[in-house]
Amino acid sequence: MVGKTWPIRSTEIMPGKLKAKIVAGRHLPVMDRASDLTDAFVEVKFGTTTFKTDVYPKSLNPQWNSEWFKFEVDDEDLQDEPLQITVLDHDTYSANDAIGKVYIDIDPLLCTEAASVISGWFPIYDTIHGIRGEINVLVKVELFNDLNRFRQSSCGVKFFCTTSIPRSYRAVIVHGFVEELVVNEDPEYQWIDRIRTPRASNEARQRLISLMSGELQRKIGLKVLEMGGNAVVGYLQCFDLEGESGLVVRAIGTACTLEKLSSGGGPICCPHPNTAPASNACNSPSKDGKEPVFGEDLPLSSGPPTPFRSLPTSSSSPPPFSPSKPCSRQSSSSDTDLSLTPKTGMGSGGSAGKEAGPLKTLLRQQTQTALEQREFPFFTLTSFPPGFLVHVGGVVSARSVKLLDRIHNPDEPETRDAWWEEIRQEIKSHAKALGCHAVVGYSESTSICEEVCILSASGTAAILNPRYMREGCLDFGSTDHRFEEPSPPACGFCHIPYDELNMPFPAQLAYCYQCRRQKVPDVLFTTIDLPPEGAVTGKGCLIQARLCRLKKKAQGEVNATAISNLLPFMEYELHTQLMNKLKLRSMNALFGLRIQISVGENMLLGLASATGVYLTALPAPGGIQIAGKTPGDLNNEQHISTIQKRINDTIAKSKELYQINPPELTEEGVGSPIPEPRQRSRLFRSHSESSDELSELDLSHGKKDAFVLEIDDTDAVEDIHSLLTDASPPSGFYSCNTETMPGIYNWTSGVQMFTSVRVLRLSNTNLTNQGLNKIFTDLCENLLKSFYFKLRSMIPCCLCHLNFTVAVPEEELVQVSVTAVAMTFDKDQNQEKPLEKSIIKGGSETEEQLQFPLELCADSSSTSSQPSSKISGVPENTSVSTRDRCSTWLELLRLKAHTIRRGSVKTSRRTQSLAHSVSSLEHCSPLPDARSRSLRSSRSFGGSSVTTVKMTPLSFLPGTRIIKYLGIINMFFIRETTSLREEGGVSGFLHSFIAEVFAMVRAHVAALGGNAVVSYSMKDCVLMENPNKNQAQCLINVSGDAVICVRETDQEQMTSMMNSGQTCSTTDGAT
Amino acid sequence: MAVELDVFVGNTTIMDEEVYQLWLDGYTVNDAVKARMEGGVLDKTEATADVLLSDTMDQYRTFQMCERLLHSPSKLANQLLFQIPPHRQAMLIERYYTFDDGFVREVLGKKLSKGTKKDLDDISAKTGVTLKSCRRQFDNFKRVFKVVEELKGPLVENIRQHFLLSDKLARDYAAIVFFANNRFETGKKKLQYLNFQDFAFCAGQLINNWTVGAIDNMVEDMDVDLDKEFLQELKELKVLITDKDLLDQHKSLVCTALRGKTKVFNEMEANFKNLSRSLVNIATKLTNTKDVRDFFIDLVEKFIEPCRSDRWAAADVKLYLTHYTNSAHILDTFKHQVVWDRYMGVIKSCIFKMYHD
Repeated sequence: MVGKTWPIRSTEIMPGKLKAKIVAGRHLPVMDRASDLTDAFVEVKFGTTTFKTDVYPKSLNPQWNSEWFKFEVDDEDLQDEPLQITVLDHDTYSANDAIGKVYIDIDPLLCTEAASVISGWFPIYDTIHGIRGEINVLVKVELFNDLNRFRQSSCGVKFFCTTSIPRSYRAVIVHGFVEELVVNEDPEYQWIDRIRTPRASNEARQRLISLMSGELQRKIGLKVLEMGGNAVVGYLQCFDLEGESGLVVRAIGTACTLEKLSSGGGPICCPHPNTAPASNACNSPSKDGKEPVFGEDLPLSSGPPTPFRSLPTSSSSPPPFSPSKPCSRQSSSSDTDLSLTPKTGMGSGGSAGKEAGPLKTLLRQQTQTALEQREFPFFTLTSFPPGFLVHVGGVVSARSVKLLDRIHNPDEPETRDAWWEEIRQEIKSHAKALGCHAVVGYSESTSICEEVCILSASGTAAILNPRYMREGCLDFGSTDHRFEEPSPPACGFCHIPYDELNMPFPAQLAYCYQCRRQKVPDVLFTTIDLPPEGAVTGKGCLIQARLCRLKKKAQGEVNATAISNLLPFMEYELHTQLMNKLKLRSMNALFGLRIQISVGENMLLGLASATGVYLTALPAPGGIQIAGKTPGDLNNEQHISTIQKRINDTIAKSKELYQINPPELTEEGVGSPIPEPRQRSRLFRSHSESSDELSELDLSHGKKDAFVLEIDDTDAVEDIHSLLTDASPPSGFYSCNTETMPGIYNWTSGVQMFTSVRVLRLSNTNLTNQGLNKIFTDLCENLLKSFYFKLRSMIPCCLCHLNFTVAVPEEELVQVSVTAVAMTFDKDQNQEKPLEKSIIKGGSETEEQLQFPLELCADSSSTSSQPSSKISGVPENTSVSTRDRCSTWLELLRLKAHTIRRGSVKTSRRTQSLAHSVSSLEHCSPLPDARSRSLRSSRSFGGSSVTTVKMTPLSFLPGTRIIKYLGIINMFFIRETTSLREEGGVSGFLHSFIAEVFAMVRAHVAALGGNAVVSYSMKDCVLMENPNKNQAQCLINVSGDAVICVRETDQEQMTSMMNSGQTCSTTDGAT
Repeated sequence: MAVELDVFVGNTTIMDEEVYQLWLDGYTVNDAVKARMEGGVLDKTEATADVLLSDTMDQYRTFQMCERLLHSPSKLANQLLFQIPPHRQAMLIERYYTFDDGFVREVLGKKLSKGTKKDLDDISAKTGVTLKSCRRQFDNFKRVFKVVEELKGPLVENIRQHFLLSDKLARDYAAIVFFANNRFETGKKKLQYLNFQDFAFCAGQLINNWTVGAIDNMVEDMDVDLDKEFLQELKELKVLITDKDLLDQHKSLVCTALRGKTKVFNEMEANFKNLSRSLVNIATKLTNTKDVRDFFIDLVEKFIEPCRSDRWAAADVKLYLTHYTNSAHILDTFKHQVVWDRYMGVIKSCIFKMYHD
């Protein structure tokens, strides 16, 4: 292995001591056939130092009980290196046989707030045999000095995979984008690999990637420290296995300054309690009858006609990147548009529309200055504190096709850096074109096939509240929140950020159906989760667009050009599909949109997943109207009318299924101030929920705002048919790819995380695009059907965070991997909840607020008060221009909001402490006991205690509260077999491997003292098989946040004990 | 186009009890899919046969991976590979070790050897239990036998703790182990009318009263082997039939007690000497391993059949044996009361259980 990436460090720096103790082993495999026993011993290695235990002879359950092995190490090593534990079988006459290894990432021990000791049973893992027994290990770190002295290290910076502000923390400042990448040669492709065993090669790879991850994390940590932050949120790390040309590990994240919430007496972990305050009666506002017509020629330069921009770029030549190359037409054009320091000239970015008013301008200017200092105003977060998002523009994405070349100098990964830089610049320019200064929900990905690599980035253009970007805002916020500028209304994020007169794409605008003051688009696509303040009508659902495109096999530049020529068409078609499916479900917005394009030798696969919802603030979607191009053909017309009927039926069914009953609209409603206060409007809505379906349908069909689909050829017919084939989930099931389902609030504690992988082998007969599309669509649909069947015992239940990943591992193989979580909810309450919620809105909001206390509290309470201020007839201009700090009227309002909030806090306190007093009889154990009880609650009947570790791709577990983040889990495993048939074929092989990966994640979490993994994701699952040789190899990379969470009732106990000194008066008063 | 790979893995291992049973019963994947379809699982859901096949395959794979752990159930509780809630673990183990009464009846008392294993296909054909299931059940017997063979302490408790079985199932296994160890003959035609539970009850009686463990509970094999000293002492009971005075005295005591209490009094009186001779002869011969094996056949041939041919009711048998046992205590020259009670207590309950009307 090459050590190039790790420069030699001075050895006199020795800030820490790592201590490890090997306690025991169990369930070891039989290594000596003669005795059916094993003579096991353990090697403990860190850096270049190795210790050994004694041999424990003739036992499958050895008790080494070793001394403490002490490693004196410098801080850089501590961050980069894993502790490597190897279990071996002693053999007097021949070489000792390795049983397996355990790699322990000791990073969590370097953070004072995270774990203090690692202790527990770890599966002993071998890349050829899988898990072979378990080993009990104790690890501690003693840090000697002030770590700040050592500039190479970034010990103490916390990492979170969670793409929101972690619960139990609050964001003081959100600094912004951090990125880094490191490259190396892939050991699998080194010459030495020809002479070493597969096991040695796999282990070299695992170790290298572990080291590279450590290094990457350390470097990102340094950047965060430079920015003045103390944490990275939304940390996303990926591997690019570029084969011959090397191995790239890259990561992006959002630097923040986080502050731990000291008192836990805060919120119940209730995800997005979006109440659905109904909009009032209001008619379709589209005055211009202009309809966007699909099926026209694709305007390459302008992108699809909705808030969605993407310009695939191509650079078929290897770097250095030169914008003057003829192939890179798109990227060069965008490049010339850009200057690194944005000026206000471009597009509508700086100039506010006339609707925006002075408030918007002010906001924009402030934010602009805050963000201007940043090269990339990107945020990997997908959900935000209330008030953080001011406006959302739409999805921005960029793709670029590159030819891979051997990385010549791993120490200077400039080529890859330049590639990503180019893509990010493009994203930035797209955002600007949408009048936005920031990109949220930002992510990056690659797809590699042989020497071609597609780099993709996407996010959501947005305007942010500048407060979070400013230094010193903590003081500002906490001392006097009355001086804060009013935050936008709850529907604010739906309002267009761009200039109405100079729109970046054709779109229909309407007045917001909630506040009626600002313009909103007819549809909104985003990559983020639904903001907590966003109101939806009915429930949401998973919407997928799937597409296959054949391409000729080619090499080098020809191949790259062919791919980059196909990309815009694919994006356009995926987009059209999404739009049609959205309309079919009678919805008007997409959240969590993720478009993946995977490249294979002879085809491209595109998969777009998102969660569709009906945003109350946006206009009702029109229906879909079918039109034939050749009128007069009777046969054809009959056909068209049948299809039209099917479409109408589908829309009607969707409305019923997703309970989309928007309030009746009246003609004069547009733009006029609404006299009723919000409370009444909500009641009105709940009445209208039972309103007549038929009249609804009449409203939306056959009207001028209907969406027209032209059938001009068989392709179009096929497309329409494929639109209609998507089955809705069976009753009792909902599905979404966002954190939670908009419209469902009352989650119960049933949680089942799962990973499913399916690979199809296409027969090599002449497949058409259409045929492939059908196969691909069926593959995805069948997977969903399988999930619904398997999880039927959990009904009523919702599949959340459905994350589909497609790949073309070989020429005729299509692989789809899905990780998601099924969560149960209370169906009965579900019916009543929105109504109830709206009544006790004050209470529910406080719950939410307490996660972002003080400045945010004031903020979100003003969120609710703001619309009413507008409703009460005060023109917006006034409220802003007289944004005098002494404005008595405003003060009064705020004060009022404040008292309401205070009152509700008290109420919620009281109920909590009541609950506590009820359960206190059995919860009277002291704190440590309470914790251990909750952790080991599922004591096994056999007397052993394997901690139950829950896993979820979400940032929370329903019914529980996270009381501690223990550190990031980032693990990479390789598994290989030369006896594929014996292991049950490729399915058996992968099944056990995935189960093993889960087991290893759980064991690490349990050893850190945790009982759950949140924000879990499987980043990579690369499977290679050769059934003829009876061989297969698989690489899996997973990540997540290890946490301790407690059930809500337990939490009450703990916090009341933690704060018994401070809050006893409150508790006494309540009980 | 073919599905090359299809897996679904849950963080909490998903197991359907119905599929588990089909797997245990030795159904192939395709047969299991058929059975599930006939069971109507698709009616309640909107799934297709493909979905069912995929689900069945997943579960079969899971069970196969679990099987290794089920062989030593205590491992299931502290293994890390599968996260299974404790009550599900208990279900998995209990079901895995549950056996078919029809099958166990065939191998009860046989040596758990390779030879017997070779006959499993015949047993499978005879009982209708699939060969795969027969093998699992046979291997379970053998595994339990092997483990408890080397353990000290009470048999039932050892099985229960080592294999984490319910008390009922642990008792059944104790019976199987006990029968296998002593090689009791159960296959003869005359014994066919007895079911496994009859034998399991008798085994329980023998274990609790006639083994070493009945006196000393800290010796090896204490519950598996009969108490040799006791068997030796049984020879002393011979006096009851060899001493003519004693025999007559015994008879008159019993007859006095029985008179007027049963319809078959005459038959009882006529048969007393024969029956008494039979029971005492069984006792005295138990020192021979061969005669131990024939214990049950002897009880049937020498006692149960004569009574049945005289149309004794079960109540009559009970009445007779009670007085027969108790009257021996009044015999002044009979000195072996303790051995007599230990012997007759078991014989009495065994015959009650085995005497079907």
